Amino acid sequence: MAFELTGERKQRMAALVGRYPNKAAACLPVLHLCQEQQGVVDAEVVAFVAEALGVPAGRVEEVASFYTMYRRKPVGRYHLEVCTNLSCSLAGAEHLREVLGRELGIQPGQTTRDGLFTLTEVECLASCGTAPVMLVNGELHERLTPDGVRALLSELRTRAGG
Amino acid sequence: MAEVERLVTRNFEVPDAFRLSVYEQRGGYRAARKAALSMQPAEIVAEVKAANLRGRGGAGFPAGVKWGFLPAGKEPRYLVVNADEGEPGTFKDRALIERDPHQLIEGCIIASFALGVHHCYIYLRGELERAYRVLQAAIGEARAKGYLGARPFARGHELEITVHRGAGAYICGEETALLESLEGKRGEPRLKPPFPATVGAFGASTIVNNVETICALPHIVERGGAWFAGLGVEGDGGTRVFCLSGQVQRPGLYELPVGTPLRALIFEHGGGPREGRSVKGVIPGGSSTPVLGAEQLDAPLSCDGIRAAGSMIGSGAVIVMDDTACMVRAAWRLARFYHHESYGQCTPCREGTGWLERVLGRIEDGLGRETDLELLDSIASNMLGTTICPLGDAAAMPVQGFLRRFRGEFEAHVLQGKCPFGARFELPPGWKA
Repeated sequence: MAFELTGERKQRMAALVGRYPNKAAACLPVLHLCQEQQGVVDAEVVAFVAEALGVPAGRVEEVASFYTMYRRKPVGRYHLEVCTNLSCSLAGAEHLREVLGRELGIQPGQTTRDGLFTLTEVECLASCGTAPVMLVNGELHERLTPDGVRALLSELRTRAGG
Repeated sequence: MAEVERLVTRNFEVPDAFRLSVYEQRGGYRAARKAALSMQPAEIVAEVKAANLRGRGGAGFPAGVKWGFLPAGKEPRYLVVNADEGEPGTFKDRALIERDPHQLIEGCIIASFALGVHHCYIYLRGELERAYRVLQAAIGEARAKGYLGARPFARGHELEITVHRGAGAYICGEETALLESLEGKRGEPRLKPPFPATVGAFGASTIVNNVETICALPHIVERGGAWFAGLGVEGDGGTRVFCLSGQVQRPGLYELPVGTPLRALIFEHGGGPREGRSVKGVIPGGSSTPVLGAEQLDAPLSCDGIRAAGSMIGSGAVIVMDDTACMVRAAWRLARFYHHESYGQCTPCREGTGWLERVLGRIEDGLGRETDLELLDSIASNMLGTTICPLGDAAAMPVQGFLRRFRGEFEAHVLQGKCPFGARFELPPGWKA
């Protein structure tokens, strides 16, 4: 079945579109909304957004492929995005990335076989004063330590199991 | 340490300052009311000019002068607030929004009165989800109170604010890329001219200002441009929020008068480097600004002061590296970032950023050649000034800065065939490898 925004999200889309002088301008926020529902921005989502905003699918696809936050492939239940830019690296982020890789048995860019964790190395998250930092499903975790990361992983595993 | 009056961060420790009621108890919205009831647009612009408020986003252009570029009589016109905070080392806009969103809204109201704007867009970096929620809630409160909408503060000047979320692209911090992205397109910078004041968002006249620049406006309107100017140095007024990170004891945000010496920020406020360490290099204004050495710590933190020291104050992001830090590794880490963020519109940047990352990487890995230092300099020189937007410059300048200031470390890597500092930056105290 073709993708479609449902329920309250459909109304939110209408409200978003109304905030701009033309419909096409709402492309970014509408893609965010679709990803919130679908988990990814795939070909079906692109087709839906093109139809909804009255623009060619190629126009939506070029936007979807430009910005790193639009996920073109599904991620695990927990998406770990660890910053290794300079301020975080000076605060130990290179080691943290190794700890995460070891604990999960994956490299950045991969998902664990049980589908629980995806590890991504990302650029500056604008929280350098509390480095090192990581996003877990979009939520910022600050002042990380190796022990803290291990505790966080086991907490997430417990949450997923329970 | 002298007691310093804080302006834009004055509510940071106040509980629930994100609520409209608390913000008003702290004197909030007085300036917007004053502007609405008793000031003509030209009077507001005159105060901002008198304040010597330099843009806080990176370029340091005088905000009042920028406002003066809006052509008269052309409607509609837009105010776009650049909250696409992404320059590595910078973390002030996130805090300004999360901890005191009404200050930003009040600044937008004042700027909109001054500029004749009826719709203001805040372009917020996509990753800042919490800031988005906080700001949306605050805008809702302000609208419910009648501070936004048909007649803000009973002035017949309709005003709406829309928060536009980005989606992950450093380049969108560049103002014309940001405008493209606001229009729902790929964030590819435009050729200038025309400048945004003439042709900006949706083909209309547009002013783009940084979050911190807008947050200064309530204070300028309430206490006067001359007072604000007097807090800083000649031609560069007020206080600034400095983002201190890296190898210091107390990283964080410090709002200090423009012109405060770099040394005071790092040592008096930030506690200096860790026990037994010394400062080796300092990036004074975010990842794109050339590194300074320990002998330059007396430079005043102002646009002109840091320029005289051979760098730029940029977004006020100060990254400290101590004597254990490898300067080649630092340069490589930043080059990697710019390679990732170069989006390929111009050849010198698309190709050059990749070359910089690869050559720096092999030097750091001990595989560098004697000719590599000249090669790096030549790649960087070929990028400077040859691209549509400043990303190419932003990638080239720090590499040249590291080479100029720490050439000996690069040579040592090549001669010894390894990194003299080891395979990564030193672990924080108490961490075990």
